[in-house]
Amino acid sequence: MWQFFHKLGSPRWFYQISSSLLPWLGVLSAALIITATVWGLAFAPMDFKQGNSFRIIYIHVPSAFLALAGYYTMAIAGAVYLIWRMKMAEIVLRVAAPIGAVMTFLALITGAIWGKPTWGAWWVWDARITSMLVLFFLYMGVVALAGSYQRADLGSKAAAILALVGTVNIPIIYKSVDWWYSLHQPATIKFTSKPSIHPDMLWPLLLMIVGFYLLYAVLIMLHARAEIVQREQRTRWIQELAK
Amino acid sequence: MYFDSIGDLIHMAGHGVFVWSSYGITFLALLALIIYPLRKKQKLLKAIKQRSLFEQENVQHESKT
Amino acid sequence: MSLASACWQMLRRDLTLLARRKMDVLNPLLFGFLVALLFPLGLGPAPASLALVAPGLLWIIALLSCLWATDGVFDEDFHDGSLALILLSPQPAYFLIMARLMAHWLASGFIVALVSPVLALMLYLPSEAMGVLFLSLLLGSASLVCIGAVGAALTVNVRNGGVLLSLIVLPLYVPVIIFGSAAVQAAAQLQDSTAYLAILAAMSLLAIVLVPLAITAALRINVDAA
Repeated sequence: MWQFFHKLGSPRWFYQISSSLLPWLGVLSAALIITATVWGLAFAPMDFKQGNSFRIIYIHVPSAFLALAGYYTMAIAGAVYLIWRMKMAEIVLRVAAPIGAVMTFLALITGAIWGKPTWGAWWVWDARITSMLVLFFLYMGVVALAGSYQRADLGSKAAAILALVGTVNIPIIYKSVDWWYSLHQPATIKFTSKPSIHPDMLWPLLLMIVGFYLLYAVLIMLHARAEIVQREQRTRWIQELAK
Repeated sequence: MYFDSIGDLIHMAGHGVFVWSSYGITFLALLALIIYPLRKKQKLLKAIKQRSLFEQENVQHESKT
Repeated sequence: MSLASACWQMLRRDLTLLARRKMDVLNPLLFGFLVALLFPLGLGPAPASLALVAPGLLWIIALLSCLWATDGVFDEDFHDGSLALILLSPQPAYFLIMARLMAHWLASGFIVALVSPVLALMLYLPSEAMGVLFLSLLLGSASLVCIGAVGAALTVNVRNGGVLLSLIVLPLYVPVIIFGSAAVQAAAQLQDSTAYLAILAAMSLLAIVLVPLAITAALRINVDAA
């Protein structure tokens, strides 16, 4: 059992296993995402109240989910690195930060673009978008902190601590912002009204969410592999690989 | 298809700008996230290969002298 | 030396040092007043508009003041080696750090709370809200100082870590400011603010208990490396 975890921590093992997994994951996630995109853009029925711009939901919601899931991935990798000093955990921690930040950024931008035709403004301080903005800053903090240390391994440890502190805070932040929004909500307009979603509109969303999660795994693997080549460049197996 | 024509698909009853720009930005960003590590790895491997060839030459050169 | 007396020594030492460096204590407060000056300049001096934003504004000023006060709370000890001694001592660092946080709270958050009525007058906060302002700052500034100290510990060896500190810490301040300003806002509108004060107190307690763990871990990373 311990041997399994020991192997799990080895960059070389990760590299080899990802080499065999990547083609499958890549094809599967591409298939799901393309199918869901075409379905959502061209075949799903239009939302009565919001018009066609509701189709942005098919990329806004998955990226928002991954923004949050990505932070927890980063924090868990950080915890594993702090406790067990596993090399792969450090790599995943480092790599998950910018990926998650991009996901958060996409969620913010698609949310803003969606807001314009729906509510008339490019930016609306509703609970979800505000929480997403705070999450973006939490990511940026981790990235900035990790990069500010001269020694990379110390930077990773500091970043891991910060990620864990953020993890404890995220539920508190989300609940606070939710509550804050309900307190200040203007009486006339309801921004976060959630219409029950028609099943014809739901399926492409589910496919897209699964596709995005698989894509996230692909992205982590791709970035981790590049990191591994960089860090292990002095080892024999990398030298062999280079030939 | 929900829309009557490709033109309708692009126009989306006036919301096309928003929908297509969202999807465009997202796909560009995801593409960049995929291509960046692939290229980085490629460059690294090339540099490693060149360095090992260089070191090999040096070793051969030293063993001759 | 018993744990209690070690903590007491720590508290005394820090308070003595802070008392000697009065400018270090005064600067963040002066900064708070400066910000209180800038806002009317930016928003206009009309009492109505200032009174409207006063609850949130006062809390933001207090927040920034506490943040700046915690910048560098570990720097000096780190650079002269006393931090290594603190971490190596037989007493658990957890409690020693807590004692330090207490000292720094007394020199920052506590003083901000004491001074807040003056700031409130400058920003036309309704007098009904003064008491709650003081109470909310008293209860909430503990978490502000604690969370700020985590950032300070993580950036102790980073050059020009001040801006990085703000970037790290401000997102974590979000819940505190939400409930802090809500408490004052409620009081200004003659509503009951007990619930918000209770939540502030709960957050502070959580911070006091959990933060020394993070701080110790962060300091160890830097001390072990140096």
